[in-house]
Amino acid sequence: MREILVISGKGGTGKTSLTGAFAHLATDKVLCDLDVDAPDLHILLSPEDHKKEDFVSGNEAVIDPDLCTGCGTCAEMCRFDAVRETGDGLYEVDPLRCEGCNVCVTFCPAQAVKFPAKHCGTWGIGETRFGPMVHARLFPGEENSGRLVSLLKQHAREVAKEKGLGTVLCDGAPGIGCPVISSLSGTDLAVIVTEPTLSGQHDLERVADLCEHFRIRPTVLVNKFDLNPEQTERIEAYCSERNYEVVAKLPHDSIVVEAMVERKVVTEMPDSPFTDTLRSAWARIEELSEQCASASK
Amino acid sequence: MIISVASGKGGTGKTTVTSSLVSVWDKPVAAVDLDVEEPNLHLFLRPEIDKVSTVDMEIPKADDAKCTHCRKCADLCSFKAITVMAETLLVFEEMCHGCGGCLAICPEDALTPGARPLGTLEEGKSGDKPYLMGRLRIGEAMSPPLMRHVKKRLDQVIGETGRDAIIDSPPGVSCPAVASVIDSDFIVLVTEPTPFGFHDFKLAWEAFTPLGKPMGVVVNRAGIGDRSVQDFCAEKGLPILAEIPFDRAVAEGYSKGQVVAEVSDDLKRVFESLRDAIRREAAHA
Ligand code: SF4
Ligand code: SF4
Repeated sequence: MREILVISGKGGTGKTSLTGAFAHLATDKVLCDLDVDAPDLHILLSPEDHKKEDFVSGNEAVIDPDLCTGCGTCAEMCRFDAVRETGDGLYEVDPLRCEGCNVCVTFCPAQAVKFPAKHCGTWGIGETRFGPMVHARLFPGEENSGRLVSLLKQHAREVAKEKGLGTVLCDGAPGIGCPVISSLSGTDLAVIVTEPTLSGQHDLERVADLCEHFRIRPTVLVNKFDLNPEQTERIEAYCSERNYEVVAKLPHDSIVVEAMVERKVVTEMPDSPFTDTLRSAWARIEELSEQCASASK
Repeated sequence: MIISVASGKGGTGKTTVTSSLVSVWDKPVAAVDLDVEEPNLHLFLRPEIDKVSTVDMEIPKADDAKCTHCRKCADLCSFKAITVMAETLLVFEEMCHGCGGCLAICPEDALTPGARPLGTLEEGKSGDKPYLMGRLRIGEAMSPPLMRHVKKRLDQVIGETGRDAIIDSPPGVSCPAVASVIDSDFIVLVTEPTPFGFHDFKLAWEAFTPLGKPMGVVVNRAGIGDRSVQDFCAEKGLPILAEIPFDRAVAEGYSKGQVVAEVSDDLKRVFESLRDAIRREAAHA
């Protein structure tokens, strides 16, 4: 089994649209949307869920006003400024600032702080026209997306094993923080989608460093390369210096948004130079991931 | 007044809007990049950074010799950052949230305050405007503590000079995004009129509405996709403060690191009227 992760360092580079197309092009695969904060892949793939579950993670402090004596210990000890006075001499926890650290719970002399488990989102497994898909949604404002990402990956691997599928194809989380770090674990090949902009290059370099940090081979796809050919050249130079293969340069093409509006992936649209380039890019990604997977075995 | 520029997702033009607003802001203002995972605002505002300080988080340092293995710290820690394995006290630094609980509870002084670097706070000036940014260390997973640090510094800057602040918030709607907008007076939500953009926009609207802050919308790349964003705003009574037309000149300007409001007079006017609309809406609220 091999795992391919599509990431971008930042959103808006076309990562999900391209992952959707790869989902169409790949044979025998399970799909996994790891962008749990703002998942979009389901918009293109419309999964029909046959399994749906709550995601419960961590705890949240809640002060029982009947037990609180107003001593203020919790507010004093909370390092996240999550506890505040209510005005009538009692204290309450702001759920948006609470990290669930347990400090106020432990130190409250009146044992007034309860610590219920937190329902942070939902996750499910569904069937799409391109195969099974594991996906989730974190409720707004929640953290712990790293844990949810790991959970999704684990389920995607199980589905692959059960059904004898050879590829786990993941739409990665944006950024370089905790959810991306979880996305990278166990990945054979990271496909970084970038754009020829100053910020695109900046984000590419940071996420490539992150891949190196975790010893995962990155390969690069430049989207909308014709917006700034000079910048594209700089990205190519950077990649060749670091020994990252640029698997494709895709032009800026309205076909991507047109497909999205029709809730289709771009390779389901009539063939065009854009989709041809995308097909050969995918073929190369498959080869590279094969090499990486067998090297790591 | 503190204005946060947020979006349900990256790539919608948050930094374009932030940098342009800073450029047309005609009152004393500070520019802040709170997108500490991927700070990009400096690529457009090109500040001269004159101070870089490392920001640490307090984490426990373990002294095994003093530990009696009572496990009080391990039982307290919600993040499994500290464990007692057989006769050894272990701290997993990268999992620690710095809550200080274990330090407070250890009866043997076996835990003392140590530090883990989170990243850097960079300060400088973009023209005559103070500029602040945080930059998360590669491999560091926790951005909110670094953001809190940048915000504290911002409070000082605002306190000293009474100026406005325009904040480039992290993308998304999870804890860093909420942490970023929670202390602002006005939220500008940037979105794109495509199915992805609309979906992310709705999530952001759901996430920020409970904060009860005045909000307004900027539709970027107007003209591509469909009208679902506009219809939704009309239905919810959310003001659309500006529409930035889809224009190759905007995309090319952006790609070169140009502030979009400085690309043409027409675009400058779009952001000036956005500025005025924000002031109007904030005054209403
Ligand atoms: S520590 Fe307990 S009793 Fe004291 S203010 Fe907090 S909740 Fe109330
Ligand atoms: S400071 Fe808090 S999070 Fe860190 S190890 Fe101690 S109890 Fe755990």
